[in-house]
Amino acid sequence: MSQELVLGFLPLVDACLPILAHEHGFAEEAGVKLRLVKDMSWATVLDRLLYGHSDAAHMVAPLAIAATLGRGRPAQPLSVPFVLGLNGNAITMRPEIARRVRPENTLGAAAHVGAELRKIADERRAGGDRLRFGVVHRYSSHNYMLRYWLAGCGIRPDHDVEITTVPPPFCADALRAGEVDGICVGEPWNSVAVEQGAGEIVLATAQIWRRGVEKVLALKESVLEEKLDAVRLLIRALCKAAAHFVDPVNWDANAAILARAEYLDGSAELIRRAISDRLLLSQDGALVHYPDFMFQYREAANFPWVSQAEWLYTQMVRWDGTPFDADEARRAARVFRPDIYRSALMGTGEPLPGASSKVEGSLMQRTAVSTQQGEMVLEPNRFFDGVAFDPAHLEDYLKRLP
Amino acid sequence: MRIAIIDESAARASVIREGLAALPQCEIFVLTERRGMVARIGEIAPDIVLMDLGNPSRDVLEEYFAVSRVLDRPIAMFVDESDNESIAASVEAGVSSYVVDGLAANRIKPILDLAVMRFNAFARLQKDLAEAKGKLAERETIDKAKRILMDSRGLPEPKAYAEMRSAAMSQSKRIIDIAEAIITAHRLMGGA
Repeated sequence: MSQELVLGFLPLVDACLPILAHEHGFAEEAGVKLRLVKDMSWATVLDRLLYGHSDAAHMVAPLAIAATLGRGRPAQPLSVPFVLGLNGNAITMRPEIARRVRPENTLGAAAHVGAELRKIADERRAGGDRLRFGVVHRYSSHNYMLRYWLAGCGIRPDHDVEITTVPPPFCADALRAGEVDGICVGEPWNSVAVEQGAGEIVLATAQIWRRGVEKVLALKESVLEEKLDAVRLLIRALCKAAAHFVDPVNWDANAAILARAEYLDGSAELIRRAISDRLLLSQDGALVHYPDFMFQYREAANFPWVSQAEWLYTQMVRWDGTPFDADEARRAARVFRPDIYRSALMGTGEPLPGASSKVEGSLMQRTAVSTQQGEMVLEPNRFFDGVAFDPAHLEDYLKRLP
Repeated sequence: MRIAIIDESAARASVIREGLAALPQCEIFVLTERRGMVARIGEIAPDIVLMDLGNPSRDVLEEYFAVSRVLDRPIAMFVDESDNESIAASVEAGVSSYVVDGLAANRIKPILDLAVMRFNAFARLQKDLAEAKGKLAERETIDKAKRILMDSRGLPEPKAYAEMRSAAMSQSKRIIDIAEAIITAHRLMGGA
């Protein structure tokens, strides 16, 4: 009899892999039964995971590290054996600001948009009314990507601009009401704001870091050990779901599934746009194709690179204002478990990289890498400012950041 | 003791308020509006905050507690590590609680227990209501199927019902399933 795993998620397009693994029967085929539990806040997704109401969760990557290090609540070690996807978020601003910072009907270069935004941030600060941004969670990739970009453009988060938490379903509303001037959120919530005329998309987070880690599959370390066999089967099923998700033949059907009431309870049309890397930047504008807006499968996108966890730790230290601690860095690095990913996919057709850690943001062109299994070519993965992250020198990296 | 209840469901909030009203020396505040929630909490300066787990604003509140210096004493998620069972019960019931630093566990516990009881009672009420609604809908479906049999085959009412019941028994199905099949078939044959 196949083992059941209970998996918590928030209604976002990037909860797609577990949902599709369940809906298309990939999980059952692999020999594991999935029961999906929808929640409305990351706090509740985490509570269910910590108190045994769920076995695994769709989670913003930094939160898995924050929970392990005990930031905000008592420390509970979590493990990440699989990355659910890279990027897929965007920055949407009130229309009058968006039009000043972004070229018409197209996405501008991140550094250029940032330079224009800096002028507005300075004006607003001088007028005593700082620009306000909303992010979905304090420990989210959204928060770290937005801050990385702002700081890299000379706009100091928490000094020149304010950043607060706004739950995704309220983003459009908060923009319209002027509670915030910009949001960094996943789909379909940018498109919902555009559709309502409350905002215009100015940047995709993939423009800030071309291969930025986003949602992960998180489990309590003890549950991972206890249910290792079932987790390995789940990883195989999620890979099948990922291959299905990126195939254009399936986009209509998958958008229709994700739109259902028990999942995102939203518009299939908006969801289809996101999964096909299409963005409507403004209400009356044209549809823009931005390749790899979401990145769910190619180049072993789901491999939990230890260097990704380490990058997230540097950003946590940077923005929590806590001192760098080598022991914490080691605990954060251990959250990502490439060993489990490898053992789950050994002998399948999925490529496995030779290394488990890499210099992030260093590739300027397509590069073949050594593998343990299969063939792998990595495409450019740079940060918008061209600074590479070498996990061998975490403290030096932190010192170099603005 | 100042207790704030944050719940988007005004009905549930009042059920909880009513339950806590019996506690001595407690002042209770109910917040159902999302807008201005954090500022209101700052004004109330509560000792305990109770919030439903389904509320999307939980992440907002937790961030506020983590970074705000407005409150004299910081508030943290109530996690008494020695008592995982009662936390599990509160997650089960659907309520999260935040408590100011330094408040003695024996003062908090009775309040949280009461809140959990009230949340469970409310969930039961809703379940009963949903069941009652479901039963009513079933009855309407059965009546409709009965009328179809009466009209199309000229059966008297008790006979129509008896036919449905014997069909259900012989196929080991529920009467409601037979009734739905009759209605579907009737529609397919061009009936309204």
